[in-house]
Amino acid sequence: MNRQPLIDHIPSLRRYARALTGSVWAADDLVQDTLERACSKWRLWLVGSDLRAWLFTLMHNLFANQMRYQSRQPAGAGLVDIDDEADTLSAPEAGLDVAIDLQRCLLRLPQDQRAVLLLVCLEDLSYAEVAKITGAPIGTVMSRLSRARARLRELMEGAVPAAEDSAVSGKTSATPVILRRLK
Amino acid sequence: MNAPYSDPTPAMATPETSSSNTAHAVAQDDLHRLVDGRLAPADAAALAARLAHDPAAAATQAAWQAQRDSLRQLHAQVYGEPVPQTLLDAVRRTEQSRGQVDQWWRWGGVAAGVLLAFGLGWVSRGMAPVSARAVVAANAGPGAFAHQAVVAHAVYAPEVRHPVEVAAAQQEHLVQWLSKRLGRPLKLPQLAAQGYELVGGRLLPGEAGGSGSARAQFMYQNSAGIRITIYLGALNQVSQTGSAAARETAFSFVSDGPVPSFYWVDQGFGYALAGPLPREALLQLAQVVYQQLEPEAGGAR
Repeated sequence: MNRQPLIDHIPSLRRYARALTGSVWAADDLVQDTLERACSKWRLWLVGSDLRAWLFTLMHNLFANQMRYQSRQPAGAGLVDIDDEADTLSAPEAGLDVAIDLQRCLLRLPQDQRAVLLLVCLEDLSYAEVAKITGAPIGTVMSRLSRARARLRELMEGAVPAAEDSAVSGKTSATPVILRRLK
Repeated sequence: MNAPYSDPTPAMATPETSSSNTAHAVAQDDLHRLVDGRLAPADAAALAARLAHDPAAAATQAAWQAQRDSLRQLHAQVYGEPVPQTLLDAVRRTEQSRGQVDQWWRWGGVAAGVLLAFGLGWVSRGMAPVSARAVVAANAGPGAFAHQAVVAHAVYAPEVRHPVEVAAAQQEHLVQWLSKRLGRPLKLPQLAAQGYELVGGRLLPGEAGGSGSARAQFMYQNSAGIRITIYLGALNQVSQTGSAAARETAFSFVSDGPVPSFYWVDQGFGYALAGPLPREALLQLAQVVYQQLEPEAGGAR
């Protein structure tokens, strides 16, 4: 029995999930769910077809379902205290501040925009592949990419004023993990 | 923009943008393609020239490029972390279910055989003896390395725009980078004499649990567009019993994957050459690669 191809994909699944959720624990939970889903649907994957695209599709659907579920939960269910997460967001080699800042800004993008941006940049997938994985028409992928890039640029370039900040987090209730400083 | 599921790759997207030469006509989709490296070199150069006259678009492009570059670094340390046991366990369960599938196919095959024997041959159409064979083949233990090589070939060789992480133009960087990651000075085989030019290379994860283990893939292409890949890396996870044998092996041929492959092991380092070629042609190339990678070691023989 050879499980190597599946194992080979775990690091990139973990990395993508970490950027998507902003949390090491949430990310590994998502990867585990993905692997378990792969287990139950294994016969749907054709030997020789693109295993990576299939795994990312499974993960995308799981994450989207989680988000739908969380958005129906009482407010606060998806909140995580950033102080609890700060040490799990580290990137030892690159500048720590830059990585934390980038991750923080990423989490303020709507989930569908964030997914497209990460699949394109982190995974280097083609727009057509991203369309297949996210189940969206390619035109939608391109417009999500545009909005994600424009918004991330704003967020990274100027610290967004507090007023706008709260407006954003209020609007994007679908955002999975809204980091909030409790102290 | 609104063509669902079709590939938008043709470079200068909309007719308006290509016919107009005003700087403001730089379409956002083209900026994306430029940033994501999805334009042909000529189109990328043309677009870059137009950006020179459009400071706003140029600034956007620069910002997006910086964004992409920093995203590429984000959480990259995950690749150096060992895979958590819980995830490996999840895969192990997957494997059991795969075993069930395998068995299911086999029983399916038996059933088909029985039915065939009764002259109901039509039932066997659509049963999957081929799939069953592919699944069984993937289980062969000793060729696991070669199997990974073949899978890596099957995944990346068909890529049109991004078959490699580092292109041939940056050969020196490619070799330095992969040497560092594989912890051994690598040499790039030259196959121009055989008609194959280097496309580039990429880093791939190695075996489970080996936190330092990594594999490299070099890709070559001939004028007919046929791509071959060389896959290499340390075999540090070899079982104790097999380690002596695994330190060095003769050329071995595997042909049960999507493409055939020759592989060999030398001083604990595995090499596999994979490509959609007949056995003879592949063997010749494998010998060339072997000789080029081992010239100095020849004295020690």
